[in-house]
Amino acid sequence: MQKKIIITGFGGQGVIMAGRIVGMAAALGDKLESSLVQSYGPESRGGACSVQVTIADRQIYYPYINVPDILVCMSQGGYDKYKDILTGDTILMIDQDLVRVSADHDFYAIPSTRFAEEMGLKMMANIIMIGFLAGITEAVSLDSAKDTVSKSVPSKTIEINLKAFDRGWEFAQATLKSRRKKASGNTGVV
Amino acid sequence: MRPAVLTGEHYITGDEACAEGAMAAGCMFFGGYPITPATEVAEHMSVRLPEVGGTFIQMEDEIAAMASIIGASWAGQKSMTSTSGPGFSLMMENIGLAVCTETPCVVVNVQRAGPSTGLPTMGAQGDMMQARWGSHGHYEIIALSPSSGQEIFNQTITAFNLSEKYRVPVLLMTDEVIGHMSEKVVIPNASEIRTISRPKPKGRKDRFKLYQPAENGVAPMPSAGDGYKIHVTGLTHDERGYPVMTVEAQAEMTDRIVRKIRDNRHDIIMTDSYNLEDAEIILVSYGISARTSLAAMHMARSSGMKVGFLKLNTIWPFAEEKIAELAQRARAFITVEINYGQIHLEVMRSATGRADCHLVGHAGGTVITPEQVMAKIKEIY
Repeated sequence: MQKKIIITGFGGQGVIMAGRIVGMAAALGDKLESSLVQSYGPESRGGACSVQVTIADRQIYYPYINVPDILVCMSQGGYDKYKDILTGDTILMIDQDLVRVSADHDFYAIPSTRFAEEMGLKMMANIIMIGFLAGITEAVSLDSAKDTVSKSVPSKTIEINLKAFDRGWEFAQATLKSRRKKASGNTGVV
Repeated sequence: MRPAVLTGEHYITGDEACAEGAMAAGCMFFGGYPITPATEVAEHMSVRLPEVGGTFIQMEDEIAAMASIIGASWAGQKSMTSTSGPGFSLMMENIGLAVCTETPCVVVNVQRAGPSTGLPTMGAQGDMMQARWGSHGHYEIIALSPSSGQEIFNQTITAFNLSEKYRVPVLLMTDEVIGHMSEKVVIPNASEIRTISRPKPKGRKDRFKLYQPAENGVAPMPSAGDGYKIHVTGLTHDERGYPVMTVEAQAEMTDRIVRKIRDNRHDIIMTDSYNLEDAEIILVSYGISARTSLAAMHMARSSGMKVGFLKLNTIWPFAEEKIAELAQRARAFITVEINYGQIHLEVMRSATGRADCHLVGHAGGTVITPEQVMAKIKEIY
């Protein structure tokens, strides 16, 4: 088993932290191997930012990713950079208010930034996205992901961050449920 | 307050793993100056050392940083500094002082692309020859090169051990990519970590000679305050440590600092072998490029090509005997490194014409991809 995940966005959105939580949850919680490399520039806020996380049940030889199994886009620039290398097998996930998908492939959408604003803390969009990622892809287990979130945020904000995670997770479950309904031909319309 | 050895599983960067390795090895002094991409080593040591009663000092520059760890070492402590290219250049004079005074200490170079200020946030492996010959005069030195978070932790401990055992500065040559890459690092129980401390002198203090070597060629080392009357100088000195400006003293001293490394090379040189038994082409690499090479070797094997991989953990002294032996049965070497051919030239020298030697390298700023190595393998296979 090997899963290659790229998360992209702006500096300041918590993209690196999101990758770190995913990688750490896999390595320490799920007892797998995991490597994380990040694009690293002099800019911090507002510039393009991405993190590459490889998760495997064996030694990881080369930590960089050519073609991701999962691509998470929290900015249009991040999507535009990678859209041409996506294959039919790549799971694409976007913040639907920030990214417009221009090519013809399937994707999973969540308004993670809007949800975070509704919860009163815009900077939790990354945690909501991790919940969504865990729910849709099962790249990391639910328990490991939640445990790592609570260990990665300031202690005063653990509760609200776990709620944010759940918001993303539940949205994923609802998304998957409606897809299953569609697949079985039952659109719910009488 | 946490202990020196943080037993358990951690998901940390290479720079943090380096600092934890130093702590586990018994490092009690860090003098340094921040520089990308090595800053996190210093940052982490500044938090960790006070927790165990150690000392962290941010010095005014890298010249002073290197001087401070030499002083701390003579005060009896295991000491370390970390830097990147521009700082490594500034440290060169005092690295020579540590060589000449036979001072145990560890210097970490998280390499970025040069020359000069270069690409501060982007990796390279362009300082490998500087590690070998950067300070003036003729000497031998030890340099290691790790290629994962776990190896950084392990090799930092090894660096301290070799440094203490042979009384020589040991250079840990990492790079921006593995310095900033996060991976799982398993730290064992303190009782399972083997640490070595410098040999201490015994016997009458009035007859003590500072540089009288023991059987393995290394002289026992007292600390300031132990009661021995010692004179420590970078001038050519005799066994007592006093300056002697003669051809004979120069030969005797240089011979000692060269031979203690050369004669013990089998204890110092560490390599890992992958599929060398039937290999027609052998990749030679180290650091982050070893990860590229490992991936390329597996790609080649899965398409039926007999490719092996020699991973250099010790860079200096160079594994020339190993290369010479392999050159008798392999058709070609491909050295994979992020420069225009530094270790490549060492491989050529060691192969002495018995095997073809090729290079896959570039000027730095990014890694070498497995596909680039595969292209070279296909070209010459």
